[in-house]
Amino acid sequence: MAENKEKLLEVKNLKKYFKVSRTDVLKAVDDVSFDIYKGETFGLVGESGCGKSTTGRTIIRLYEPTSGKVIFGGQEIGGKLSGKSKKDLTKKMQMIFQDPYASLNPRMMVKDIISEGLNIHHIESSNKSRLERVYELLETVGLNKEHANRYPHEFSGGQRQRIGIARALAVNPEFIIADEPISALDVSIQAQVVNLLQELQETKGLTYLFIAHDLSMVKHISDRVGVMYLGNMAELAPSEELYDHPLHPYTQALLSAIPVADPEVERTRERIILQGDVPSPINPPSGCRFRTRCPFAMDICAKVRPNWHEVENGHWVACHLHDEGQSSAKAE
Amino acid sequence: MDKLLEVQNLNIQFDIFGTHVQAVRGVDLELNVGETLAVVGESGSGKSVTSKAIMGLNPSPPGKVTAGKILFEGQDLVQYSQKQMQKIRGKEISMIFQDPMTALNPTMKIGKQIMEGLIKHQNMSKAEAKKRAIELLSLVGIPNPDKRVDEYPHQFSGGMRQRVVIAIALACNPKILIADEPTTALDVTIQAQILDLMRDIQKKTGTAIILITHDLGVVANLAQRVAVMYGGKIIETGTIDEIFYQPKHPYTWGLLSSMPKLHAKIDKLLAIPGTPPDLSDPPKGCPFAPRCPYAMKVCLDHMPSYTHISETQKTACWLLDERAPKVDPPKTVGVGGK
Repeated sequence: MAENKEKLLEVKNLKKYFKVSRTDVLKAVDDVSFDIYKGETFGLVGESGCGKSTTGRTIIRLYEPTSGKVIFGGQEIGGKLSGKSKKDLTKKMQMIFQDPYASLNPRMMVKDIISEGLNIHHIESSNKSRLERVYELLETVGLNKEHANRYPHEFSGGQRQRIGIARALAVNPEFIIADEPISALDVSIQAQVVNLLQELQETKGLTYLFIAHDLSMVKHISDRVGVMYLGNMAELAPSEELYDHPLHPYTQALLSAIPVADPEVERTRERIILQGDVPSPINPPSGCRFRTRCPFAMDICAKVRPNWHEVENGHWVACHLHDEGQSSAKAE
Repeated sequence: MDKLLEVQNLNIQFDIFGTHVQAVRGVDLELNVGETLAVVGESGSGKSVTSKAIMGLNPSPPGKVTAGKILFEGQDLVQYSQKQMQKIRGKEISMIFQDPMTALNPTMKIGKQIMEGLIKHQNMSKAEAKKRAIELLSLVGIPNPDKRVDEYPHQFSGGMRQRVVIAIALACNPKILIADEPTTALDVTIQAQILDLMRDIQKKTGTAIILITHDLGVVANLAQRVAVMYGGKIIETGTIDEIFYQPKHPYTWGLLSSMPKLHAKIDKLLAIPGTPPDLSDPPKGCPFAPRCPYAMKVCLDHMPSYTHISETQKTACWLLDERAPKVDPPKTVGVGGK
């Protein structure tokens, strides 16, 4: 079903290593591959330190990738870029950040924050048309004209996140990377922002990379979801499929760990509780990185890194339990 | 059931920036022996301020209790001096904080941090206290406790630190444990471990827990009773089944339907429009009225009194008045089971 859709972004064997000392290298993202189709929302989930944010930030070139390819709209953007092509890139790709308190300059007025991108890309030439565009954007995100001359501290968390969204929309991007856009907000405000993002997608045909740790929200907003663990992609599938038939033991544990707001379900359901903590990405376990916490770990898991392959149509997994020709050993 | 703690008409005000922020406005709560009561609400709803008032931890000035009583085993904690409170804190009532990274002293071995309370409240010798500290560490599931007791907080991961914080809180066998967002700073798989641990510990020690949280999933997992706070007031309280399956207040409806469901597909979340009220100038009527889709004229001017739905559930909403029009909750609310 997904084959006939146009690929907007291809990430191939992306690696991002950070040198943390003379001898140690932190492998934040280690050989991750996935595609994002035009008009869809791709969710990326995982626990803290799994590399989901680093993946997003490397795609938009806030970090220089160590190796691997990022192809956006048919054009390779992973390697060295000239100043001009970098600038072109930021016009097509924008980012919404997690913390709306830290991502807006407190000394700039809202209208200047939103129109900064317009200035840089010379989109609206006259002051008047630029201001009109700012008003229009404010209205799009559910704020109004009067807010243009205020400073960020005068707004609540949810409103600030709307300003962040307006800033991202200003240059008419095709692709938006939303890095935990709702984690810092209250429940009732989260729903407002998520609904806004969905409305904008419908009206403007945007494509999202939605990074979050809240699996129920990711399931709600995403068409396809990728699960990361310690710098690797563990599983990738359409969101319904992933939640109904998780294959990777980590995905299964992650899904069973989410508390559900339903006392009846909470009383009856069986929970897989993982032992221990996530190992350090500086010295990750050999073979499969999840094996130290995996209830189904076998000998091969310590020796060979599992292959990233497609099990069913559009359902990818990296786990020795689901190696090609060995699909009989299912984790139940 | 035996009442362990009773909060009566509690009012707390903070005098800051020349205004009087009325963070808590007439809260009534009850906690029975051995039960878990969840207090849910958004930031600024007054849930943390209420719990800190029970511990006497609100900084004063600017905070002060302007009216009300906090009765712990019949004694009014509001009237207690700092010195008297020190005998209660950590011994009778103790607290788990949200962020285990900042709740521990980074320059002190964790063993010593656990021993502190034991030496002070239970007059233990150092050797005895250390023995007990090691016991506590193994109770909260820390491997190699006799070795780790001499380590510093930075040598522990986030989940492990929260276990240490729980061990400190449990050191003197308190009657009440206040857990202020105990799992918010943790990852999902670690959160599951900690929730499991808390349930286990309650079974073993019989401590009553007040759980402060905004996560309704955690509430459904751990609590027996729920109090929903909004704008400094408790707008609805009941058992978890009542609150999740037969909620009566529109705010509770909104909270329940603004969360995505893991087991069902919904196209659009039902968001609550607007933002919570400014408590430096609290609304005259129901605090939720400006955001409530069912608000009537009376809601803006008069705070509704509680309507008793059952022995355990009561709700403050004008819709429950017999003169009000009958309103059905949105379809997304009150569906039991999967």
